[in-house]
Amino acid sequence: MKVGVLALQGAFGLHEQVLEQLGVGVVRVRTPEHLAEVDRLIIPGGESTTMSKLLDANALAAPLADRLADGMAVLGTCAGMILLASQVQDGYPAQHCFAAVDVAVRRNGYGRQTDSFHAPLSVQLGAWQGDFSGVFIRAPKVCAVGTDVEVLAQLDGVAVMCRQGLAVVSAFHPELSGDHRIHSWFLELG
Amino acid sequence: MSAESMVSRETGTVLVKRGLAEMLKGGVIMDVVTPEQAKVAENAGAVAVMALERVPADIRRDGGVARMSDPEMISDIQAAVTIPVMAKARIGHFAEAQILEVLEVDYIDESEVLTPADEAHHIDKWAFTVPFVCGATNLGEALRRISEGACMIRSKGEAGTGNIVEAVRHLRLIIGDIRKLTQADSAELFDWAKRLQAPAPLVREVAETGWLPVPLFCAGGIATPADVGLVMQLGAEAVFVGSGIFKSADPESRAKAIVEAATNFSDAHILTKVSRNLGEPMVGLEMSGLDIRLAERGW
Repeated sequence: MKVGVLALQGAFGLHEQVLEQLGVGVVRVRTPEHLAEVDRLIIPGGESTTMSKLLDANALAAPLADRLADGMAVLGTCAGMILLASQVQDGYPAQHCFAAVDVAVRRNGYGRQTDSFHAPLSVQLGAWQGDFSGVFIRAPKVCAVGTDVEVLAQLDGVAVMCRQGLAVVSAFHPELSGDHRIHSWFLELG
Repeated sequence: MSAESMVSRETGTVLVKRGLAEMLKGGVIMDVVTPEQAKVAENAGAVAVMALERVPADIRRDGGVARMSDPEMISDIQAAVTIPVMAKARIGHFAEAQILEVLEVDYIDESEVLTPADEAHHIDKWAFTVPFVCGATNLGEALRRISEGACMIRSKGEAGTGNIVEAVRHLRLIIGDIRKLTQADSAELFDWAKRLQAPAPLVREVAETGWLPVPLFCAGGIATPADVGLVMQLGAEAVFVGSGIFKSADPESRAKAIVEAATNFSDAHILTKVSRNLGEPMVGLEMSGLDIRLAERGW
């Protein structure tokens, strides 16, 4: 299995390290050719407006939309959640949102960097439920969840991790927690 | 059910401070002096902007004491964009940093581009919730800043010159010494700590991991997409562009090209494509002609 990490900008290197520690081959995805090679994809944290523009610059927007429509397994963290959401507030007008998971999100919904935080979460992944340290950095806030979406974790009553089919999104950064269980679960998904 | 603070949230930790620096990797942080420039930067794909009253080239030209920017102007820039906003405090000027924290800037640059306020001490950066970036010319300086709480290191380069030579020197010194550290035995590491004038535990950590414990970005003299390719292939993980964009003939095109260069820094074909037809870059300065070396500020 080849796992891609979208490497346009952001914390792609940290996801790559986690995947390597889990013994998986990683492809840095910067071109349509790279995307065609991979079986599943991680979209990392970073600046969602920057990534959205770079998807256009590197001709990745259309091929990525096609792969997502085909049901490729995908994990989007923070900015990745914003790109995979069905609706984005406080983005720019032409910002890509691929609607892989039917959630509406507000960029920087938890505030600026002084409000960035970590907090203990309870995560429900299939039959496994456990504690997970959620690291939120200028994180997006979920404001609406569609009926076909399964909420995997909440913080104070607000969804922070969601799944629809093989598409998974989290407002927090599992790659920063030192805990690889979410990545392991994602690799087994489907 | 109350929606706020039912679960305890920890803010201002090393994890969230260094974490934001991780999110900026592969990106371009652009100096801006007005909300309009901030919009241009955001539209071009900048990952963050540095709000300041004068870009380094103008500070260099005007002379005098360069200080923290007017809070009103920083607030106006924060209101204009949704990407992170950074601002500069003078070296050692913790009261300026306290004001920047009240403004909730996303990163504070304790910067040699401004006139230093203290000739011996840098700011105790552990005392702040807002993370700090600091400049360095060599590995010892980088580790001293990290020991004071900096969560991102950038090369100093020589700001406002449009000349990449100093940034290259600084990156090569920092990264070259990291490589040498990984070859040193445990006894040699104590000597390294002495020579670098840096805490031994940090020196040991770098020797073990082969990298700084925080991201290493490049600043000081970047003017072209090729400059970005150069410093990122040398090992810089993102770039700051100060005067290089808004002192050029066509800031919009140049800003966008530099963003694309940061993503595709090792692809010479893409660097060629984005380098075409950008108009005149900023006018560069030769090091031997400088009256003042900003990189010598800091201790």
